[in-house]
Amino acid sequence: MDVRQLAEKLNAEVLCEGDMSREVTGCYIGDLLSWVMSRAQEGDAWLTVMGNINSIGVAVLADVACIVLTEGAALDADALNRAVQNGVNILRVEDNSYITAIAVAGSI
Amino acid sequence: MKCFYDFHIHSCLSPCGDRNMTPHDLVNMAKLLGLDVIALTDHNTCLNCPAAVKVGQSADIAVVPGMELCTCEEVHVICLFPDIAASGAFSEHILSTLPKVVNRPDIFGEQLIMDEQDNVICEHELLLATASTVSVSNVARLVREFGGACFPAHIDRTSYSVISNLGMLTPDMGFTAVELTENADIDEWRQRYPIIKNAGIFIDSDAHYLENMKEAKYTVELRERSAAAVVEYINSLELMK
Repeated sequence: MDVRQLAEKLNAEVLCEGDMSREVTGCYIGDLLSWVMSRAQEGDAWLTVMGNINSIGVAVLADVACIVLTEGAALDADALNRAVQNGVNILRVEDNSYITAIAVAGSI
Repeated sequence: MKCFYDFHIHSCLSPCGDRNMTPHDLVNMAKLLGLDVIALTDHNTCLNCPAAVKVGQSADIAVVPGMELCTCEEVHVICLFPDIAASGAFSEHILSTLPKVVNRPDIFGEQLIMDEQDNVICEHELLLATASTVSVSNVARLVREFGGACFPAHIDRTSYSVISNLGMLTPDMGFTAVELTENADIDEWRQRYPIIKNAGIFIDSDAHYLENMKEAKYTVELRERSAAAVVEYINSLELMK
């Protein structure tokens, strides 16, 4: 499943489009950026409520397929700019990370 | 003696610190701004402090070797030391607790270690914008063991602060002071969080760019204008209860 299909499946709002045809191969849930950067895997859908500029750096470093902001978490303006520059896919859903992860798990 | 201070300044060694925040230029800028004592507090390292302290000696301004430590809860804590021997030992200890993630300067920015003439000695290879394994519950004790003093940074911010990340400050953390940003209403904070009613409060710039450094405004009463006196002062304040 690619990021575009995941967005449809989650009924997610697409906040930033990079390469939406990127394959989603796994899922990681975490809000402490230092944990995420050393544990998330390439191709993961990263579920988090952290929508600041550092999140974008972490997404690029870990080379995740997309960020999924859960519980309607905010994406700040600096973060959006950085995401556009770096082509980071960002989706947003209203469900919490648990419910979202279940939906991701059923699709990959 | 009353000293104008700024205890939270980043150099070009912090990945988010500007290239122009060289030890020489930031210390001299602080002097121009009328500050008497400043601390250099890069993220998770003290490796630009030897240069900054030397510049301070020739510019006649006290430079406290320090660090903005990121705890395992991603709470930022300002750690200050009496001399570069103590800050160096602490820096080495913290380095051993950081995740082994190599910096990507294109994403996070360069991490430059410089001498007192702003020559680049080398780039710091490991990413410094990560978290140590030190807990906010242990940091005060640990810093004291290394001869320093510490206080939680920008507790009024919505990220990387003890209040935003943990929801509270508790007596067992062992702090005597806190840092607020310039935007905070001190009286309101003291009222809202009774634990800091009698605590020391520092207002620092957290400057990452020369142009964000602030004119001398806030003062602290020190025995003398030195790093050792700053550490002594913070540790002489009453523990929060």
